Amino acid sequence: MNAKAKPKSNFAPYMLIAPFMVLFIVFTLVPLIQAVPLATHHTFGPSATQYVGFEKFSQALHDPRFWTAMRNTLLFTAGSVFIQLPVALGLAMLLNKPGIKGRGFFRLLFFSPQLVGLVFVAVLASVMFQKQKGLVNSLLAGGADWLRGLPLLHANSWLPSRSDLLGIPWLETLALPTLIITALWMYAGFNMVYFLAALQNVPRELEEAAMIDGAGPWKRFTNVILPSIRPVGIFVVLLSVIGSIQVFELAYIMLREGVGVQDKGLTLVTYLFKSGFEIGDLGYATAIGWVIAVMLAAAAVTQRVLQRREMTA
Amino acid sequence: MSAGSRKSKATTFILVHAMLLVVSVVVVVPLLYLVISAFKTEQGFLEYLFLPKGDGFLGIDWNELTTDQIERLFKGDIGIGRALANSIFLSATTAVLGTLICAAAGYASAALRFRGRKSFEWLVLAALIIPPPLLIAPSYQWLHTLGLLDSYAGLILPAIAPAFGVYLFRQATLQSVPSSIIEAARIDGAGDFQIFAVIALPMLRPMVGAFIIITFLAMWNNFIGPQIVLQSAEKQPLSVVIYQTQTAYYSDYGLLMAGTLVSVLPVMILFLVLQRDFISGLASGAVKG
Repeated sequence: MNAKAKPKSNFAPYMLIAPFMVLFIVFTLVPLIQAVPLATHHTFGPSATQYVGFEKFSQALHDPRFWTAMRNTLLFTAGSVFIQLPVALGLAMLLNKPGIKGRGFFRLLFFSPQLVGLVFVAVLASVMFQKQKGLVNSLLAGGADWLRGLPLLHANSWLPSRSDLLGIPWLETLALPTLIITALWMYAGFNMVYFLAALQNVPRELEEAAMIDGAGPWKRFTNVILPSIRPVGIFVVLLSVIGSIQVFELAYIMLREGVGVQDKGLTLVTYLFKSGFEIGDLGYATAIGWVIAVMLAAAAVTQRVLQRREMTA
Repeated sequence: MSAGSRKSKATTFILVHAMLLVVSVVVVVPLLYLVISAFKTEQGFLEYLFLPKGDGFLGIDWNELTTDQIERLFKGDIGIGRALANSIFLSATTAVLGTLICAAAGYASAALRFRGRKSFEWLVLAALIIPPPLLIAPSYQWLHTLGLLDSYAGLILPAIAPAFGVYLFRQATLQSVPSSIIEAARIDGAGDFQIFAVIALPMLRPMVGAFIIITFLAMWNNFIGPQIVLQSAEKQPLSVVIYQTQTAYYSDYGLLMAGTLVSVLPVMILFLVLQRDFISGLASGAVKG
């Protein structure tokens, strides 16, 4: 029996990894290698190409739309890291408090926007953020009316008028804040799940000991909780940065013409997509792809360095 | 414990739950809005924000609500029935094949000894950092060369071998399939395929459930892929068809919301069936990660 099983085990591992290897080579590795020559070509559609050297990269450097896309993408990423993640951590800390009723229910509920999916969240948001009849502006106008009705505020003129509030151009000139708000609604609960899992691993005695030593809530947060969840925190920040740099569907589907007014919501991947498939220059699209690749690599390297420092510390 | 501290504890308890309720409202209102708007007429959408006031149950005029929009989606030229079938086929095929392929490779790299294993592990780790946007344009050109444009194969084949899936199943195998059990099965005369299918796969169940959801959702929400690969209108999945509806029926909000609701419901149902596996798989991955 044993002798019969031995030779089999020499060939079985290769059969188990073969489907993955074949598909990976054909559909990931080959396009990856082709991304090198393609970035040095000017193309009109998939087959007509012309070698232009590094012209596509210098084209990007001198392209104001490219820099607009870069700026918007970085601002959106900053919004994710500095607004969305603190909200996610805050929610996780609320849910981690002892004696919470319905913790599992809230966790599932906060996570649920993620399930709607990017495309469908974008369509829903594009309706909700409409100028005149959208839910967001209607609620804002209704709220202002209510405030005006309060006796103390009655004569106050600092409240924006009803027509001003109904006309807030979320999908046009406010494209970027609208994207950040929509991503906050969609992903805060998702990131909360990671933070909550990390917080549940922090021994409660640790916090109680700090409390007995007289540490206030802020001290306990910075000296006990934050260090304990640092590894997961770094991981979540990296995921969030990587995802945000690649933002596309939300912007492309939600915003007017896919970019908002005056490119206010143009992102790098949107510009890549438009260059490659609306204008037909696959070479330029690939050059933009390389820029995005370098940005993602920089984020990953930063994470590695931070984590290594973690281990030596 | 003093009475004052107990009192402040009760205040905290109420405060924390109040905050959770506020957040819940913010999360739920858009979802509720989506569901309600799907049952409104075009006129109704413009007249009231949520439900129409009237003499019916709870002071709401239920007769104002209608399934007209949903019927229009299926009957008219939008063809959402076909798009729904396309999405289900694409996502289910991708989820099943992708999970099997990644589980097999991940299991092999964690549990079996073979020449080249170290290089394979290195390859999988290196592949994790390949940025998807970089592949968009070259993939399109390559699929054109292969003659796979406008075919489901051109959409499914690149999607069923994600390196991060192999990595996830490798970690799951190391964590939950003890090598002693594999050894024991081998001594009993089981072959490697048999051990993988009969012993390891059931032990990997939480990861299988999580990964089915991940791959299913990824294909269900895949927008850029079908936009680039598929050309025929009758092959398009929901993501593209809803987007096209948004462009073509710009101000027909009720119709748009009905289409979105139809697109989202199947995913919600799948998730509720598998959610226990999913959250535990996600959480364990995060802590280990």
